Amino acid sequence: MTVAIELDQMILNIAAIMIEELKLEDVTPETFEPDIDLVDEVGIDSMDLATVALVLRDKYAVRIDEDDYPKLTTLRLISEYIHRKLAARG
Amino acid sequence: MKTVSSLLDDHWYERYKKISKLNIRSSIYDVTNRCNLRCKGCFFFSSDEHKAAPEESDLGRWEAFIDREMERGVNLAILIGGEPTLCFDRVEAFYKRLPTFCATNGLIKVPRDRFPNLMLGISLWGDEEDERVLRGKDTFSISSKHYAGDPNTYYLYTITPKQIGKTERIIRKIHEAGLKVHMQLLSNDEGVSGFSWKPEELAAIRAEMDAMLDAYPRTVISSKYYHEIITTGKMMGRPFGWMECPSVTQPLDRRDPAPKRLTNFIRWASDLKTMHRCCTSETRDCSTCKDGAAHMSWVMVNKRAHMTSAKDLQGWIEVYEMFAKLYQFLPW
Ligand code: SF4
Ligand code: SF4
Repeated sequence: MTVAIELDQMILNIAAIMIEELKLEDVTPETFEPDIDLVDEVGIDSMDLATVALVLRDKYAVRIDEDDYPKLTTLRLISEYIHRKLAARG
Repeated sequence: MKTVSSLLDDHWYERYKKISKLNIRSSIYDVTNRCNLRCKGCFFFSSDEHKAAPEESDLGRWEAFIDREMERGVNLAILIGGEPTLCFDRVEAFYKRLPTFCATNGLIKVPRDRFPNLMLGISLWGDEEDERVLRGKDTFSISSKHYAGDPNTYYLYTITPKQIGKTERIIRKIHEAGLKVHMQLLSNDEGVSGFSWKPEELAAIRAEMDAMLDAYPRTVISSKYYHEIITTGKMMGRPFGWMECPSVTQPLDRRDPAPKRLTNFIRWASDLKTMHRCCTSETRDCSTCKDGAAHMSWVMVNKRAHMTSAKDLQGWIEVYEMFAKLYQFLPW
């Protein structure tokens, strides 16, 4: 069973995962700017995204298609992607 | 949180924006197992990789293979061998389909009417004397006649320890021929006496490479950070080697923990089925490997590690720009 969560909470949760998995410094889930460009500004690459995707798969049972990586350029877009897939599942 | 724009001023940020979305996905192809030279220390022949697989001779199979490679996301084909210019049809099959770089010893002239913009990297192993010892002939005298003034050609100058104090003459000759040059260091795969690097020699050649870049900034395609990495074998305090190398063929890569690496990189043998371990010889000792492209890629795949200070990130940008120029993603 999937617990429905609000998008804002999802953003905080995924921010926490990214900070932990990618060892991002000087940032908390609350200060993580959801619209910052992860690739251009934070320096995240496709391997980093794959690492985060694995954790998200385990936590939410949602698989991020590798072809979708280029579209997922911000924390908000990733969160919306997961949120949408969970909502579609009902 | 450190961000790129918080670390860079406008000038560097502009430079960064030009490369940040390039998304280069390279793979390497042995075009043929044959060569018209037999250089001492050639990783391909010294490791018997020329015997690893029989060449595919059907051009249609090469074309179908290249189409599959493009579907796999490859957007830069790096052609090596053997000597690719022995098989122009295969080179052309790549060239007509995707951005292509061709390594060559320069002895056979690539017809520019057939390959107008093909980027060529001509191997050069030192001065006339070194070339005679290691390659059996002075290739520069031939290749420089073939390519003088060619805007899509550069020399890939493999520096040996015997070149310390002598590189200026070579760089000047290349400059006078109207060509560019990129420098890397010999790995001495066949242990030729006097051609293995000692620490003090590496320090000396680093200073010399820096001086050449300062003296010939439009001819030498390089960066001081690259010189540091290739001569010290260290990046941000981490030593280069097997557990850090980015240029390992992906389907054969079982390393744990997985390092940052080139996405989907494969080095294919000329049967189009066999994969080699990495961009250079399988028998090479990773701890002494001086492969220039592997070192450049090592920096490039570690962007976030360089987001520690403006200086570190600028070093990363310079290495990325150098790579992008050498493979025609940026103009000289
Ligand atoms: S020219 Fe290149 S491929 Fe041929 S033997 Fe020399 S190093 Fe090897
Ligand atoms: S020999 Fe060099 S390029 Fe090959 S895996 Fe070892 S370090 Fe990497």
